[in-house]
Formats: sequence, structure tokens, C-alpha cells
Amino acid sequence: MDISPLGDCGMILRVRDTFEDAPVEVLDEVLGYLEFLRRANLPGIRELAPSYTTIAVFYDPKAVAAAGADPANVYNYLAAAIQTALANGQIRLKRGDSSAIDIPVCYDEKFTLDLDDIAHHARLSPQQVIDLHAGADYRVHCVGFTPGFPYLSGLPRELATPRRSVPRKEVPAGSVAIGGSQIGIYPVTSPGGWNVIGRTPLRLFNPRKNPPALLCAGDRIRFRPIGREEFESLMR
Amino acid sequence: MNKDNALTVLHAGFLTTVQDLGRPGAQRFGVSPGGALDGHALRVANLLLENEETAAGLEITLGGLRLQFSGPRLVAWCGGDFDVKIGKAPLSPGRVGLVQAGEELAFNQPRVGCRAWLAFFGGIEVAPILNSRSTDLRAGFGGFDGRPLRHGDLVPLAASSPLSISSQRRIFSWSAPAEWAMPAKAAPVMRFIRGADWPQFDASAQQTLTSVGFTVSPDSNRMGARLDGPTLRWQGHGDLISEGVAPGTLQVPPNGKPILLLGDCQTIGGYPKLGHVITVDLPKAAQLCPGQTVRFHEVSLSDAHRLLLAREAELSRFSVGVSLQS
Repeated sequence: MDISPLGDCGMILRVRDTFEDAPVEVLDEVLGYLEFLRRANLPGIRELAPSYTTIAVFYDPKAVAAAGADPANVYNYLAAAIQTALANGQIRLKRGDSSAIDIPVCYDEKFTLDLDDIAHHARLSPQQVIDLHAGADYRVHCVGFTPGFPYLSGLPRELATPRRSVPRKEVPAGSVAIGGSQIGIYPVTSPGGWNVIGRTPLRLFNPRKNPPALLCAGDRIRFRPIGREEFESLMR
Repeated sequence: MNKDNALTVLHAGFLTTVQDLGRPGAQRFGVSPGGALDGHALRVANLLLENEETAAGLEITLGGLRLQFSGPRLVAWCGGDFDVKIGKAPLSPGRVGLVQAGEELAFNQPRVGCRAWLAFFGGIEVAPILNSRSTDLRAGFGGFDGRPLRHGDLVPLAASSPLSISSQRRIFSWSAPAEWAMPAKAAPVMRFIRGADWPQFDASAQQTLTSVGFTVSPDSNRMGARLDGPTLRWQGHGDLISEGVAPGTLQVPPNGKPILLLGDCQTIGGYPKLGHVITVDLPKAAQLCPGQTVRFHEVSLSDAHRLLLAREAELSRFSVGVSLQS
């Protein structure tokens, strides 16, 4: 496994170099290593966070030194411990054992800010875009950008749309949006350059809940089209 | 809330937030590590008061803050070169002061630096959210109602025990090392280690980073300090796949102007990583003011760790020293 420093209190574990060709396999592999590292409970590791092809490991140099590392050799000591743990470990992949989470999405024209652009780019009708979008299976690869923002794979190739050349200053909370071949959901109103295809009434981040994010890396999700009335009633 | 254990905000200043040492363990949910941008300064201020290091205090940006207390309260602060007064008496950084009931504590505009951390005996008693009392301004939660303090706010403090005269004398005699009490520098030099994408920057960009001063842009905040200077060219191809970033990361967007990430940074980023400011120099990063010039000096990862471990050992000795005096 390729390991490199992320400053003096972190490192990046590179599980794969790319993910686009086999997103689901790469995701399962990243999550497998993540779970294995979590269970290995190596001294000094404070926090683990996955992204598409990598795992960020945050550590406390003081605790690594206390575990026996020479002060000048903290990084190599921990990197070697991780390599050893991973080499000896059996990675168990959880494959599709979880059921899909339903995300209601309203495609009312008030919410489909960029549907026409997406349709134009895909040479499809707006309704064909919506059908394709709502008919696919998606996986959550990681959560970042803003708290609770899920980065998803599984977007039908036809719907891939380049980011807007000028980002919006405000993308409304709940917006489901396409950025290249990725798709995400904005938990809170924030600036953003992705193409908005619809809006969900669900609250994606609630710091008073455990876990605080509605969606976590590995989750399978589907988008379920809903009308304006159901949207309004779910918002209440 | 018990009004005897509270402070009243008479003047909230430019940006004052409740912060502790941050919110570990929530990056996988997209939540920033957050906390005091100079966690070391807050730790020192807390240790002076014999608080837990993790007690919540205030992060004060650019001053203009005036507070009043309902009962006597011991306070201590570290940070930029601020004029701080209890009533009319000055309170130096890295010293303990006693504010009497009804008396005012005021932070004026800083001469050097831009932030200070103010600790209170017992700490601020807001409810922890996701294991921290820090304010997350991006997501609007934690701290005091998830927002900066405003005029008229009543901020709850832990119960304060009346001190005997002799214990007051003891606590007032202690002071923090000058370097910790006031880390702001007029001409800061930030030590850094190379980032993962360093090899894909051309030689002139690498040389520029270590030889030229960069100007801090006004478009800087708790998420990051934007730096203006010669354009740094990344020569890699296509888009990088987004991956983890951290406070201290120097990332370079396509416009070639580096951004130094700070505590409230996003957890995942897709820009090339040129370098990382080392942890012991993050206190200097937390003091960067718009218009100020900053320089960079490369060190090895081993050096970064040696420096950090040495500082931690010193802080432990300081902590033991404070408790032995009590």
C-alpha cells in the first residue's frame, strides 16, 4: 500500500490510483481497509476518514512516540505498523448486503435549476433525464465538502455534465446536483458549481443525531420521484 | 442559567466565537476538526487557570470586545499583540487576572496579529455537540447557538469558587513563556514540509515558495488564508481525485494562488497539495492578517515531529509547574 504524509499529524493511504472504471469495487476495497484499520486499533491513531481512492489517517505524534517510536522516526514507525497490520489482515468486503436508502426527490421546475442544461448536454428530453436519474442505483463514496455532503457514484454515463463555468453563490439546501460524473446533495445552502437536477426535503445533517450525517460511506441509495405536495408535507 | 455564573457581552467585536480544542472523530461526516485556530494558546491560558486543557474559551478576532461579569472571575489570555484591560488596569498575555463583579474586560484592536484566546476559570458551560463545545460557523452548530457572540448575549460559565488571598497570590505569580503568550510576528516565517503533489510543481514554483514573500488576502477566514504572490504552476494532468486535507495544508487552485487551510477547512479537497505548514507553526498561521507578508521555510518531517514533541514536553513541564505551585 502506498502511504504518504499529510502534514505532520496525518497520512494518506492510497488504496487505488483511480476509481472511475470500477467504482463499486474500489469503494468496497477502501471500506474494507478502513474497517480493518479501525479494528487494528494501532496506538496514536486518532481518526480515519475515507475518500474515493484513499483513507486519511490522523495521528498524535506524541502517542506514537509514547508507544515506542524514536522522536525522529514517528512517521516511519506508524507507517510500518500500518503496513504490517494490513499485510497480515484478511480484508472482508461487505458486498451489497445493505438495502438501498430511499431519497425522495422533487423534480418540480422550481427545483430543477439546471435540468435544461443537463438535457441539452445529454441530447435527451428533460423527462428522459429524470427517468434515467431516478432509475439508477448509487453508492456513497465519502462525505465531505460541507458537513453531511455525500459524494455518490452510479450516475448513468449519459447524464455526466461538466461543472458550471461560473459557480452559483448559493445552491439551496437539499439540491441534488451533478458535477462531471459525480453526483451529490447539498445539506445546507452553500456556494457550488454543480448542475442542480432536483431537490430532496430530507435533512442530511443533524449535529444532534448519532451519526450526524444521514448518509455514510458505503450506503446504497435510490432517488424516488415525488410531487410538490409530498415534498411540502415532508418538509414539515 | 445561574446569572451569578455568566458573562454579559457589552460589545461583541468583529468576530468572537466559543471554541475549545476542536471536534475530533467527525471528519468522516464532513465535519471540520475546528476548534481554536491556535489550540496551543488556549491550552496555555487554560493551564494558567488550572482548568482542563479542553475547557472552552473565546476566540477573539481583531478585538473590539467588551465583557462584564456577574461575579468575580479569574481569566487569562494568549494570542496577538492586543491591549487588554480589566477596568483601567492592563492585563498582559500569559498572566492571570481577576475581574470583579460588574467590572469590564476589554480587548482593543491588535497591533500585531489578529486573534486571541481568552480562558475563564472553570470554562464556558455551553452543551457539547459531537464531543466539542466549539462553534462550527460553516454548519452553524456548537458553541453559543452555532453563531458568533452578539451584543447582549449572556454566556454561561462554570461555577467559580471564591479564592483565598493566598491562593490568588500564587496563581497571579505564574506566567507563560513569552513565545507562547504572544506568538504573533510582524514578519512571520512559516516552516513547512513537502506535500504529496510537490514533484508536479515546476522548479520555479518550488523555489518561489521558499524565496518570495506572499501577501495575505482580505478574502481569508477560519477556513483558510488566501495568499497572493507569484503564480505557482502545477504541471500535473487533468483533475486530481479529491482526498483528505488538514489544517496547515497549502493547496494551490488553478489560478496558482495558494490557500493555507486553517481549522474550519473542508475535510476533502481536490486541489494539488504543495506543502503543509508544521503543527508547531499553526499558531503563527492563526495570526495572519490581510495585507501582511508571510514567508516559507522548508523542514523535514522528522524535524516537524522533533519540534512538536519538544513543545509538548515543555508544555507538560509547564503544567506540572503550575500545579506544584498550588
